Amino acid sequence: MNTADTPKRSMRTPLGRVRNLGAAHSGTSDFWRQRITAVAMTLLMIPVLVIVMMLLGRNQAGAAQILSSLPVALILLLFIAASAWHMKIGMQVVIEDYIHNEKLKLVSIMLNNFFSIAVALASTYAILKLSSGV
Amino acid sequence: MVEFALPKNSKITGGKTWPKPAGATDVREFRVYRWNPDDGKNPSVDTYYVDTHDCGPMVLDGLIWIKNNIDPSLTFRRSCREGVCGSCAMNIDGQNTLACTRSMHDVKDGAVKINPLPHQPVVKDLVPDLTNFYAQYASVEPWLKTTSPTPQKEWKQSHEDREKLDGLYECILCACCSTSCPSYWWNSERYLGPAALLQANRWVSDSRDEATGERLDDLEDPFRLYRCHTIMNCAKACPKGLNPAEAIAELKLKLVERQI
Repeated sequence: MNTADTPKRSMRTPLGRVRNLGAAHSGTSDFWRQRITAVAMTLLMIPVLVIVMMLLGRNQAGAAQILSSLPVALILLLFIAASAWHMKIGMQVVIEDYIHNEKLKLVSIMLNNFFSIAVALASTYAILKLSSGV
Repeated sequence: MVEFALPKNSKITGGKTWPKPAGATDVREFRVYRWNPDDGKNPSVDTYYVDTHDCGPMVLDGLIWIKNNIDPSLTFRRSCREGVCGSCAMNIDGQNTLACTRSMHDVKDGAVKINPLPHQPVVKDLVPDLTNFYAQYASVEPWLKTTSPTPQKEWKQSHEDREKLDGLYECILCACCSTSCPSYWWNSERYLGPAALLQANRWVSDSRDEATGERLDDLEDPFRLYRCHTIMNCAKACPKGLNPAEAIAELKLKLVERQI
C-alpha cells in the first residue's frame, strides 16, 4: 500500500485517532467465557460421544428411554449451553475481525446472537421433550 | 470488509534489471521493491547484482553497496547497523526483520527479495509510514506514573521485580512484529498491535509504577487488546528474540485475575 492509497484522513492528530472513543472496558468477560466453555466442551466431549453411540440405531422410544435418565439429559443440556455460547463468541470475533462497515457489523452481530439463541433453545427443547417422554 | 487485494495503484508492475558489476566474480541478486511518490507510476521490483567480494555480509551492506555503486535513488532507513536502532526493519525473503542483522547468505534459493514492512503506507521505496504505529506506542503512555511523593534518591525495585521486565524492556520498536500480524493488518486503526501491547505490559509489570489499574482499564477493549488471537507471527518475526504474544497473554491474564 503506498501513501496515495491511504483513506482520506481528518486533520485529527495521530494520537487523537488512536485514542478515538476510548476503551470499551469490556472484552475480558467474553475472553473468559470462551475459555470456560472450551474447557467444559473438552470435558463433556467423551460423555456426549458415548451417549450418541448409545443412541445410534435406536427408534424414538429407545432414544426417549435413554434420555429420560437425568445424568444423560444433563450432560447433553450442558453441552448444548457450552457449545452455543462458544459458537456465539467465536463467530462474533470473526465478524469483528473482518467486517469493517459499522452497520453491516451491527446487523451481523445481532443475527449471530439470534441464531445462537435459536439453536440453543431448539436443541434444549428437543432434549427436554424426549427426556420427559411427552 | 477487509481488503485482501492491493488497491489498483499499489499493484506491482515489472521493474528494471540493472547491469551486473563489471569484473565481479561473485555476485548476489537482489530484488528490491521500488515506489516513487513523485512519478505517478505503480510500484515495481528492480533487480540488482551485488559484488559480494566488495561488500559486507549483511543485507543492509548489500543495500548500501547498491546505493553507493549502482543506484543512488534507492531509499531506505538505516542508522546503527547493529540491531539496536530498529531503523532498517523491512521484509526480507518473506520475513520481517532487520536488514543489518540478517546475513544475505542466510537467504537461501536465489535472489534476496526485499519489500517494505507489509500493510503500512509507503513513503518511498523501503520506507514505511509508521505514524500510526508511533501514536499507538504513545497511547500506552510509556513512562513511570506515580502519585506517591518522589523519593529523594530513586524509586527502588527489588532484583526479583526487575527481572519481571526482562524480555520486555529490550524492544527497539522496529515494527517487525506489528506489521507481521494479520490482526494488525485488518484492524490497525483500532488494534494496538504486538509492539505497543508488549510495551504496555512492560509498564503494567513495573513494580515502581502506581497506575497499573488505570493502564489495564485503558487496554480492556475488544479491539485495542482482544484482537490478538495468539497467531504468534510477532514472536517469529521479532529480531530481538522477544515474545510479544506472551506479553499480551500476560495482560489478558491480569485482566481476568482482577475480575475473579
